[in-house]
Amino acid sequence: MTDTLSEFFTEGEPIADTKAPKVPIDKMWTQRQFDAGLVQPTNRSKSSVIVVGTGLAGGAAAATLGEAGYHVKSFCYQDSPRRAHSIAAQGGINAAKNYKEDGDSTYRLFYDTEKGGDYRSRETNTYRLAEVSANIIDQCVAQGVPFAREYGGLLDNRSFGGVQVSRTFYARGQTGQQLLIGAYQALERQIAAGTVDEYTRHEMLELIIEDGRARGIVARDLVTGELETHVADAVVLASGGYGNVFYLSTNAMGSNVTASWRAHRKGAYMANPCYTQIHPTCIPVAGDYQSKLTLMSESLRNDGRIWVPKRAEHCDKDPREIAEEDRDYYLERKYPSFGNLVPRDIASRQAKVVCDEGRGVGPKVGDFRRGVYLDFASAIERLGEDAIRNKYGNLFDMYMRITGEDPYKVPMRIYPAVHYVMGGLWVDYDLQSSIPGLFVAGEANFSDHGANRLGASALMQGLADGYFVLPNTIRDYLSKGPYPQVDENSPAVAEVKAAVADRTEKLLSINGERTVDSFHKELGHIMWEYCGMERNEEGLLKAIDLIRSLREEFWRNVNVPGSADTLNQSLEKAGRVADFLELGELMCIDALHRSESCGCHFRSESQTEDGEALRDDEDFAYVAAWEFQPDEAGLPGKPVLHKEDLTFEAIELKQRSYK
Amino acid sequence: MNLTLKVWRQEGPATKGDLVTYEMTDVSPDMSFLEMLDVLNERLVTEGEDPIAFDSDCREGICGMCGLMISGEAHGPERTTTCQLHMRTFTDGEVITVEPWRASAFPIIKDLVVDRGSFDRIIESGGYISVNTGAAPDAHATPVPKQNADRAFMAAECIGCGACVAACPNASGMLFLGAKITHLGELPQGQAERSARVVSMVDQHDEEGFGGCTNIGECSHACPKGIPLDVISQLNADLRNAAGSNR
Ligand SMILES: Cc1cc2nc3c(=O)[nH]c(=O)nc-3n(C[C@H](O)[C@H](O)[C@H](O)COP(=O)(O)OP(=O)(O)OC[C@H]3O[C@@H](n4cnc5c(N)ncnc54)[C@H](O)[C@@H]3O)c2cc1C
Ligand code: SF4
Ligand code: FES
Repeated sequence: MTDTLSEFFTEGEPIADTKAPKVPIDKMWTQRQFDAGLVQPTNRSKSSVIVVGTGLAGGAAAATLGEAGYHVKSFCYQDSPRRAHSIAAQGGINAAKNYKEDGDSTYRLFYDTEKGGDYRSRETNTYRLAEVSANIIDQCVAQGVPFAREYGGLLDNRSFGGVQVSRTFYARGQTGQQLLIGAYQALERQIAAGTVDEYTRHEMLELIIEDGRARGIVARDLVTGELETHVADAVVLASGGYGNVFYLSTNAMGSNVTASWRAHRKGAYMANPCYTQIHPTCIPVAGDYQSKLTLMSESLRNDGRIWVPKRAEHCDKDPREIAEEDRDYYLERKYPSFGNLVPRDIASRQAKVVCDEGRGVGPKVGDFRRGVYLDFASAIERLGEDAIRNKYGNLFDMYMRITGEDPYKVPMRIYPAVHYVMGGLWVDYDLQSSIPGLFVAGEANFSDHGANRLGASALMQGLADGYFVLPNTIRDYLSKGPYPQVDENSPAVAEVKAAVADRTEKLLSINGERTVDSFHKELGHIMWEYCGMERNEEGLLKAIDLIRSLREEFWRNVNVPGSADTLNQSLEKAGRVADFLELGELMCIDALHRSESCGCHFRSESQTEDGEALRDDEDFAYVAAWEFQPDEAGLPGKPVLHKEDLTFEAIELKQRSYK
Repeated sequence: MNLTLKVWRQEGPATKGDLVTYEMTDVSPDMSFLEMLDVLNERLVTEGEDPIAFDSDCREGICGMCGLMISGEAHGPERTTTCQLHMRTFTDGEVITVEPWRASAFPIIKDLVVDRGSFDRIIESGGYISVNTGAAPDAHATPVPKQNADRAFMAAECIGCGACVAACPNASGMLFLGAKITHLGELPQGQAERSARVVSMVDQHDEEGFGGCTNIGECSHACPKGIPLDVISQLNADLRNAAGSNR
């Protein structure tokens, strides 16, 4: 195996985070904020920051930096910052408020997050996330976010997969929307105040580096096609996750890796790219025209019971006619203490296992039925249909609209789908990447969730990064300035811009025979098949081969119609797919080298006798941070692996068990 | 099923547009309306034609990015977003016209894509609560009665799609505006700026070229989130109060 591996990458120097102060973990963040340099109020408007992305992370960061008085430029590819993908989050946001007095605390939230991530996240960052979580709720309530309330007027909570306390704040099934509207309104307020300039329908296509520091971006105005350079003292990427590499996912159509990948190509390390979260409760695929998968909030698992028929010959029967004793409530059977609330990776994999056994339900996709029941019959009997309607009404309506079936009468069908990525650009405690001046926040960075993200914690991370962490750490960076002016017309900047123009020109001139989408679909298929819910060496080697030849074909045979100087959606997609084709290979190499199973990364070679993920702390308790290495043609060569050892001082490394 | 589509094609803001006919065969009833357009676009690209430009992102009915006039109705015949409209709503052989939102405050960019930046500018003019990060009191310091919280939530569900404007014969943006006024006005946190907010938002609305509201009700009928007409009454009440209080 080691021989095979050396074909794909080389190993470089180890790396470490040097920014977390050497004090006990519960004093660390306070200490870091104190140590961070200050920028005098009258000097702030002279410092400038570019924020790419207007989701929870980027929107919150831009608004807060604007409030502080810095000059901010905010970018998104949609027509309004309010449409960033964070808006789609349904379930809720965690915070260690302990409003329910059920034993929650900062430490417990930290503990659950570490354990949920199978001890593959950095302890110091995760602790800070838990620590600032309570402030997030205060901030959002003050902005007017209409969280669910009890009759007494106080905030309501619910619980989510993988935990045993009620710490999730929610706004029916639209928590992400409500939180994002809060951040968006704060952002619009700063736009009105003149501290933030807004650039909608703008796509970042390249990072500008000068003297080893990130100093700006090249962006394309998606309406006029014009390439623009924007320079600043620091750049923040809050451009979201890259789950769309799988083509079918719960991500928005435009979600992409371009901003991160372009930075990676310029020297930012990409960490743990293979950690992909597969969400257990999505509406199953219906046909090959399908453009995306729709998530059903995991909160449904609080009341819905998951089952499949015990016998394969019952699989095409009306579920209501299958007798109780012929049903297999497999999660309740295998994991009696967590039951239907086991973490996502376990729920997802077990669904695959029963479907692989031939006990899946719904239409056949290939040789198998890919679906399991999520049944509310007993909850409806116990609580009444009205109570269920109150809790989950909009989710049920959505399901009905998409499938044409009534979940109040027939059990829902669900199947896992790609949902979130725990991998992303490597950052230190300050959320600074391996390029000075380039900060990364939200789903685009890697630090907080390890190999598996617990429910309701991505929203928490986005807002923690945006409202509370970045404004303090960027302050330190800016206080070390002033940084010399970057001349937008300097040869170095012009060169970057010309490179973008060339690439665009190249995409438009290939004039091949295949559409961009057909490449994207094929790549997605390869990724799902070989780098999806379960991976093994043989499959990954095959995938790397397939991706390389697909990439070669793309640059020879793609057909991108239209021109560069207008709104051209095919061109936008082509640029994104080109980057996905490079990322996909790195994901497979990362998955290949990590021959342990942990969290969502399940290597079939590494499992216990009863089929659970078998972690290998001896060899793999590290973050894999990859450095880009071009070959002579500038294409991806052999990446360099830098290991960051994970040290656990505040928490004891344990085998994860949900039995 | 088989369908005839008449789609508005317009190269740019300055060029003239018109309806172009496309025949669609083998449309699956389980497709969403946008997936049906994706299939058509794949065909157009393969045939060397320019695909139809239209906006969408989440395709889950929540981002508000999609929005088409389908046979004269905003988001089509059902009360939902275009991305959540499924082809099972249509019948075999139907002729469907597809046009962009029409309103002078939403200028056309290309084909079915319009510029809704005016909505952002309305929010910018006062659709927020002025609170800086970091100084918020504990969330439980101010209880909010459940009825108020629920009404605020109902109004906050607006996704900013613009269907209300497209459906309104006056191209008025009052439903969108009323939704924001009601959302923030139901909460204790929103009271301090209540009067100033409504005045500046209405001013901005008029400046952007949206029409006045004459109580026709098409907006609420077309709204995929079911924002009720009474948010406009709320808006008017707040506006009267603001005038009375001289801000
Ligand atoms: C369907 C769904 C449900 C979810 N439910 C939950 C939940 O209940 N609880 C929870 O905690 N998490 C949930 N998540 C996860 C969570 O929503 C996301 O991880 C989080 O919102 C990401 O926020 P972000 O700010 O990092 O990025 P995003 O919100 O994705 O924002 C990305 C931003 O970057 C911009 N951008 C991207 N690329 C470029 C570029 N090249 N140039 C310019 N701009 C660019 C986009 O325009 C956008 O503004 C859910 C996710 C999905 C998909
Ligand atoms: S009020 Fe309704 S129709 Fe108007 S923008 Fe909001 S959601 Fe769309
Ligand atoms: S694409 Fe988001 S609402 Fe339709």
